[in-house]
This record gives sequence, structure tokens and C-alpha cells, in this order.
Amino acid sequence: MQIPLLLEQLLNGLQFGFMLFLMASGLTLIFGVMGLINLAHGSLYMVGAFACAAVAAATGSFWLGLVASLAGAAAAGALVEVLVIRRLYGRDHLDQVLATFALILIFSEGTRWLFGSFPLYLDIPPLLGGALTLPGSAPYPIYRLAIIGAGLLVALGLYLLISRTRLGMRIRAGEADREMIAALGIDIRTLYTIVFALGAALAGMAGALVGALQSVQVGMGEPVLILAFVVIVIGGIGSIRGALFGALLVGVVDTTGRLLLPLALSSFISPSAAASTGAALASMLIYVLMALILALRPRGLFPAAAG
Amino acid sequence: MARETVFNGLMILVLAAIPAAALLFEEPFYLTLATRLAILALAAVGLNVALGLGGLVSFGHAAFFGIGGYVAGILAVHAFNMEPLLPGLPGTKSMPVIWVVSMLLAALIALPMGAISLRTSGVYFIMITLAFAQMIYYFAISWPAYGGEDGLSFYVRNGFPGVNTLQPLPFLLVCYGLLAAALLFFWRLQHSPFGAALQAARQNDVRLAAVGIRPFKIRLTAFALSAAITGVAGALFADLNRFVSPSMLSWHLSGELIVLIILGGVGRLFGPVAGATVYVFLEYGLGGITERWQFFLGLILLGVVLFARGGIIGLFAGRPRHG
Repeated sequence: MQIPLLLEQLLNGLQFGFMLFLMASGLTLIFGVMGLINLAHGSLYMVGAFACAAVAAATGSFWLGLVASLAGAAAAGALVEVLVIRRLYGRDHLDQVLATFALILIFSEGTRWLFGSFPLYLDIPPLLGGALTLPGSAPYPIYRLAIIGAGLLVALGLYLLISRTRLGMRIRAGEADREMIAALGIDIRTLYTIVFALGAALAGMAGALVGALQSVQVGMGEPVLILAFVVIVIGGIGSIRGALFGALLVGVVDTTGRLLLPLALSSFISPSAAASTGAALASMLIYVLMALILALRPRGLFPAAAG
Repeated sequence: MARETVFNGLMILVLAAIPAAALLFEEPFYLTLATRLAILALAAVGLNVALGLGGLVSFGHAAFFGIGGYVAGILAVHAFNMEPLLPGLPGTKSMPVIWVVSMLLAALIALPMGAISLRTSGVYFIMITLAFAQMIYYFAISWPAYGGEDGLSFYVRNGFPGVNTLQPLPFLLVCYGLLAAALLFFWRLQHSPFGAALQAARQNDVRLAAVGIRPFKIRLTAFALSAAITGVAGALFADLNRFVSPSMLSWHLSGELIVLIILGGVGRLFGPVAGATVYVFLEYGLGGITERWQFFLGLILLGVVLFARGGIIGLFAGRPRHG
């Protein structure tokens, strides 16, 4: 087992984890504050990726594209919140699942309408091109390290926003007691729209960042959405700390599992059987992890305060 | 007569009218459409036991649908190739055997899955059932023995004694027969002591526990029964297409089953049938008008959730007397 390979996979796992954190933090915030399951969060991720790809293609600048992804996803989020989501807060989860499932259909088909069925491609910005040499002389792309850095910054920013600002105070108050904060004269409807748009912007940013690694296409948000749900359920729904921890756990376990499981199995069974069985088990690994964690701690690792 | 009963009678007429129209206008495609409708409705009747009666929002019923499908596919392929499944255990092309096996297997897998999932509730339950279904989905994708990602084809539809299932109409009637049996079962269940306990568990599990009935056992039994019915539907679906693939296990299908129930009316006897009818007709009708039918389907679904609470039956028959 070569150490450089393992190190590379660990970094890949961290990068994947921070990307999941960008998705999961918005999802968990929306659930924590508004009590809403938003299946359409993956669509906002897609909107961000498409906005970035379209603007980057038009202007030639990835950075403008990134700004567009944040703005576009936030605007789409705010619009959806005002038109649809706002009517769902008082409903049970079943109605929320159905309504946001419908939103996925609308977003996916609408995007296909606007951009066609062919995937778009987004180039890595020249500033972040190239590779860094890891110890053990293995090259590692700077762009992936930049995603890790961006994830860390967002985590720090969210922490400061929630714990140090007036908006954060209102968000925490909204989580604790909705009626009371409304009674104290805070415009709760606007607060909800802001939180939803913030979550949407983070999802859009994740979409744009990943869009440069993979292709930008309709349906790209759905696998990520499911993983983000796994993350927030593992972490404890409503807890941003849980989302960060869960995202890194899922990212690292998934990435290294794909490397290590076939290797571990090959000491018991033939290499080809180990490769196929290992791949099958590795793709199930995070769901097994989630089932185990929920079986032992039914409200996740960091249960949010009552409510 | 209650308006819901009138509605249910109308639904039966609609189901009967489709094959009649197919024969009258010589449109054999309508038969396939009706078969698809009946199978989806059957799967949703299964989910309705857990979701409608028990209030268990399972976002993982595609697992059981897919398990049923793979049972049909794997048994048929083994019978076709004359290879025993295990030494001394041959495959089969007999539908009744396949149905029993798929029900048993779906229920058998639902038991541990439900036992773990039922420790949680609310959103966590929705998500953990989804996680279990995803496990099985990824397993099916990466397990190469039965086609992996490409799925598994079998060339001849399985048989039912005395019925030529290769013809669309007899196969449709077999599906209708199973749907009717499932509806009868659901109705009996709803009005049995067990059904009363299950509905009580949904409404107030603390009170149920106080009268000496453990909600956990009741819910777990309902979850397994629900899985078994959805499993049979999966076996029929595989027979309809003569093909099984991991897409039968995907979370999209779990979502669709929930959609069918909410569209029709949660916990209503004919809710899944009404939901499946509207869904299949929308799919076919909109698909004929525009390539972008999913966009409009989304808009319609959104309209139903926001403005027609209680689904189609709720619109027609009003809210249930006791929720």
C-alpha cells in the first residue's frame, strides 16, 4: 500500500466532503429554521452550475461565473421560496416531499428547455490550474485544494454569521421559537426568505465549483442531494456543526472505502472477485454507515436542540 | 351512499373501460397503458398500507419493487438457461411461484430494515428508508452477476396456469386480478382490529401503548405487509417489460409511489388507483402534446399539493370524517 496514493485519496475525500458541506449546510439550515425538507436543493446546485457555465462561456471569466452562480442560485431560491415554499411551512413532511419533488421536475425540464440536453463544460480558472507536489512526490491539482480552502472559509463564515451577527441571532431565535420571535416584531417571512436564499447560494456555489471538475448537466444535483441528506441525517438535522462533521466523514469514508475495501478483500478472495465485491460494498458503505449511526443514535451525532 | 363509494365505482368503470376502448378502437397500446397503470396502482396500494394507514412515510419502497422485479428476472433467467439457482433449486417461469417468492423476500428484507428504521421517526424515518433503498440500488448496480448497471433481460414473459400471458389482454386481466385482491386485502385490513391499532398508532401512539398494544410491533408488521404487496407489483412490472434494471430500485421510483398516493388521496382505499390513473394519463396525454411533459407534470403536482389537499378523492368526496 503506497502512502502517496492513500494521501491523495484522503485529500480527495476531504475535497468531496467540503463540497458536500456546502450543500448540506444550506439543507440543514433550512430544516432547522423552517422545518422544511427541501428535495429541490439539488436543483439549486444545478442552477448554480449552469449559471456559472453560461456566464463563464459568455465572458471568459470563471470568477464572474462564480459570482453569477451565487447570485443566480440565491435569486432562484428566493423566487421559489416566495412563490411555493412559503405555503409549505405549516404542512406535514409528506406534502413538502411531494411539492419539492414537483419542483425538481420543473427545474430539470426547464433547464433542459433553456440549455438543451448536452452537457456544458466549465474550465478550471488559470489561476488555480496546475498541480502541487505532495510529500512522496505525487502531484495534486491545486483546484481541488482550493475547494477544500473554500469549504473551510464557508464553514468559518457560517460560524461567524450564526454566532456573531444580528442576522445569525435571529436565525438562532427562529430555530428555538418561531412564534416568539414573530411576536417580538421580527419580520419572520423575510427572515425565512433570506435563510432559504442563503442555503440556495451555498448550493449554487457547490454546483459551480464541482462543475469545473465534472460536466454541467441536467440531473447532476440528484446524486449530490441524496448524499447531502445522508450527511445531515448523520450529523443531526438542523446542526451546522453536525453537517460539517457528517460531510467530512461521508467524503472520507466514501473515497477511501473505494480504495481500501477491494484491497482488504483481496487478502481473502481472488483479486477479480475482490475487485467486484469490493466495489459493490464500497458504494453501499456510506449508507451502511448511516444506518448504523441512526440505529445507535436515532437523532444523529449532534442532535440539534429540541424543536 | 357515500360520495367516496360512488367515486370508487367510477374508478372501477374507468379501469374496465380502458381494455374495452382498446378492443373497440383497435389500439393495443391502451392495454399496455392499463397494465402499467394497474401495476403502479398495486405497488402504491402496498405503500398505502404503511403510509396511509400507518403514517410511515417510507421513501424507500422502490427497494421492494425492485426486489420483486429481480426475483422475477433471476428466476426466469435461471429457468430459461436450465441452470439451478443453488444446487437442487431450479429457477421457475411460473408466476404464482414467483409472486410468493417475491412477497416473502420483500417482507423478509423489510423486517430488519423496518426494525432499524422504526427506531426513528419523522424526517429521520423518511431518510433512513431512503438510505436502505439506496444501499440495495448501489448493490444492484455494482453486482455484475445479474447484469449490473445494464439490467437483466428475459425473453419470454412468465406464465400463469391456464392463461396465455404472452397476449396483452390476459396479462392485463392477471394484473387487474392481483390489484383487486390487494384492494380487498387493504379494505379488510383497514377494518380489522389490526388496522384499527395501526391507525391508532398513527394518530396517537402513546395512547395505543397505554391500552397495552406495542406500536412498534404493529408498525413493523404493517411495514412488512406493505413491502410484500409492493414486491408482487415489482414482479409484474418486470414481466410487463421482460426486463429488470436498477432503475426499478431508484429513489425516483420511491418518490413516484408517494406521488401516486398523495395525488389520489392518502389512506383512501382507491387513492392509489385514482393517483395511478391520473399519473399514467398525464404522462401519456402530456407526452403526446409536448416533449416537455415533465415540466407540466411538475406544475400540476405542485398545484395539487398547494390547492387540492386530500388529493383527487378529497376533491370529490370531501375530507374524511376522521383523519
